[in-house]
Amino acid sequence: MSRRHLLALCLGLALVGLTVFAYKVLWLQFPTRPAEQSDTWRVEAQITFEARGAPAKVKLRIPQSAHDLVIVEQNFVSPGYGLTTTYERGNPTAVYAIARADGMQTLYYRALVSRTTLSHSAPKEPAPGLPLPTLGDAERVAAQSLTEAARAQSADAETLAAYLLARLKDSNPSSEVALLLGPNPSPLRILNVAVDLLRLANVPARTVHGLTLEPERRLAQFISWIEIYDDGRWQPIYPWKNRPGLPPVTLRWWHGSLPLAQVSGGTRLHTDVTVARAHEYALTTAIRQGRKTEEKLVEFSIFGLPLQTQAVFRTLLVIPAGIFLLVVLRNVVGIKTFGTFMPVLIALAFRETGLLAGIVFFSIIVALGLAIRFYLEQLKLLLVPRLASIVIVVILLIAGLSIVSNKLGFPRGLSIGIFPIVILTMTIERMTLVWEERGAGEALQQAGGSLLVGGLCFLLMNAPNVAHLFFVFPELLLVVLAATLALGRYTGYRLTELWRFKEIAQ
Amino acid sequence: MMGPLEVASRLRASGVMGINWRNAEYTLVHNERRRYPLVDDKLETKRLADKAGVAVPPLYAVVQIEREIRNLPRKLADREDFVVKPARGSQGDGIAVVIGRWRGGYRLADGTTMTEADLAFHVSNILSGVFSLGGQPDRALVEYRVQFDPVFERITYRGVPDIRVIVFLGVPVMAMVRLPTRMSRGKANLHQGALGTGVDMATGTTLTAVWRDRIVDEHPDTGAPVAGVQIPDWDVLLEIAARGYELTGLGYVGVDLVLDRTKGPLVLELNARPGLAIQLANRAGLAPRLLAARAAFGSLAPVADRVSFAKERFGLKGGSPS
Repeated sequence: MSRRHLLALCLGLALVGLTVFAYKVLWLQFPTRPAEQSDTWRVEAQITFEARGAPAKVKLRIPQSAHDLVIVEQNFVSPGYGLTTTYERGNPTAVYAIARADGMQTLYYRALVSRTTLSHSAPKEPAPGLPLPTLGDAERVAAQSLTEAARAQSADAETLAAYLLARLKDSNPSSEVALLLGPNPSPLRILNVAVDLLRLANVPARTVHGLTLEPERRLAQFISWIEIYDDGRWQPIYPWKNRPGLPPVTLRWWHGSLPLAQVSGGTRLHTDVTVARAHEYALTTAIRQGRKTEEKLVEFSIFGLPLQTQAVFRTLLVIPAGIFLLVVLRNVVGIKTFGTFMPVLIALAFRETGLLAGIVFFSIIVALGLAIRFYLEQLKLLLVPRLASIVIVVILLIAGLSIVSNKLGFPRGLSIGIFPIVILTMTIERMTLVWEERGAGEALQQAGGSLLVGGLCFLLMNAPNVAHLFFVFPELLLVVLAATLALGRYTGYRLTELWRFKEIAQ
Repeated sequence: MMGPLEVASRLRASGVMGINWRNAEYTLVHNERRRYPLVDDKLETKRLADKAGVAVPPLYAVVQIEREIRNLPRKLADREDFVVKPARGSQGDGIAVVIGRWRGGYRLADGTTMTEADLAFHVSNILSGVFSLGGQPDRALVEYRVQFDPVFERITYRGVPDIRVIVFLGVPVMAMVRLPTRMSRGKANLHQGALGTGVDMATGTTLTAVWRDRIVDEHPDTGAPVAGVQIPDWDVLLEIAARGYELTGLGYVGVDLVLDRTKGPLVLELNARPGLAIQLANRAGLAPRLLAARAAFGSLAPVADRVSFAKERFGLKGGSPS
């Protein structure tokens, strides 16, 4: 009776999941494979600030189509706010204003950016009238000596700029350069000084800030470069790589020394920018063709969420795949692991560190932790303080490993900070007990099993196809649920039991 | 070498039960979750057994809170030997068997020694839940150390041998004797390296043994043959085991018994999820016996009936289905 019930439930769930999946694939033509080269990105800026119960105004620079990137559509999510767009020092700027606001405020700017094959050619601009920088006497002398040297060794504006940047970036700066830059100059400072020098040399120049759209990421970082005016056009000069030219797919956002956003009538302004490939592009076309039902479908789906949240779901939605694999490995294969879901958590941590580095770090931390745990055993500590001590030791080990691997030029090490510390601690504690009660063999076997299962889960969860499928078709989780429920009544042998009971079979 | 599919079908044919099968068809179906605490907590089991008149090792002391640990030496002052165990330990973890006193400390069954402070730390660990299921806080009990019957003397290396009987719906279906070895450090748990011998249900004589998942004929430490040992009071043992069903209400239960030199058969503990290695020790699958017990369920009310049914059906010579 319960078996038939379960069978019906599983079939029902799988059927619903597969039907929605088929509908989306066949009718809406959602892509079932991640696009090799999707040419559309969603860019989202989230602005938060604390209002003081008074009028508040936020200015946000907004990007413009430039080079091969076109802003296909943009929208502003700002409940209750009036919105105007103006120009501020040549930058298009959105102004959000409200008569009275109190508490934390969150505003969004979203843009759909598409890459075109045709280069976007802006009309010729008149020569800009840019103000000359104001400098102190000593700085003026230093700047003049630099620009004169540069002039003597360059043919045009571009080579002049390249020469000046090379001098400014020199790791052994001359005394003039050191005076102009000050101690420990930031990259932005170098750019600003370069722009000042170029202007002194009668070359119109400005600093520019933008985003590299690849790889997609939460909390994207702005990069800066400079532009010089030459024959009616602004030419980008990207000084941070050996070859000139911007990194591919860089969205030019704004120029000048203004910040990305400013607030008046509020405090604690904070902006986060997220970039994600727009997988649902096919869908937006459908919506533009006015298909109402599909529009609703998208609105009430993960694509309707803010981009930052979408990025979280990208991780969340593949976890069931890993969990299902874990169920198979434990209940059908019969691999022993520490803790029920620990391997999946390890697999999540591997996503940040990479598989090989993850396994190495995990082994090192657990091995060192075990050594310290065995030492603590002599001190006869009570359980909770003992566990707490191990947590602290694990954190110290992680910090130490990060520093060492960074010094060795191994940047992956920096991401082990996100290893599940408490899980590591419990692993160390459980492993010590198993070690003492059942011997080293059993302990190592379970630790190896955990790592193996964690590694396999990682390989599954990190496969681009799997991540894409579950993100674009979350209804497939129903199918996974059905399969997991069905495994709940799997009463056959585990593979390891065949080995265990082989004596009886003979 | 057989392929895995052939192994699986042969095992299926001899009715060998896997862990998924046991969980899905027996423990999940016949053991109500609310009855688990009765067997998971050894103090609870002791109380139940006492009430039903089933003999258990006498209790010397219970430690519930850290503070009581300091009183323990005084309470145990006139005891030469005793056993300290967690009330809710699993698989024999956390059990310390003290066999005598030595220079103000204790000598243990596994040949090591413990100072007073070591013992206090061990009890403190038990209270913190280090050995308990799910890591919940626990209680420690100190009880009589069983002076085991000399019948297994030649096939035991330190520690106390015990007899595990699987009881299904009140019918004892399969039994094994678990013999400590050097590797198991005095513990009678097969996971930890103890030796398990099958038992002929009809007569109570031991059969061949399994050690580390391999069939053996001799005890690995003493070299004495393990088969053909007659367990005394076999009928009494079966009766006590069969009463484990009424005692706990658990349909599928493992009853662990010991034979004491002076006190006779005692119930050590009960287990709601008994392991499957017993099949290896008996070189027989549990499934046919479980089915037979189930088919007869209802026609077998008194304990004596169930015991004679078991002896008749599950013995080696009694037309057993295995």
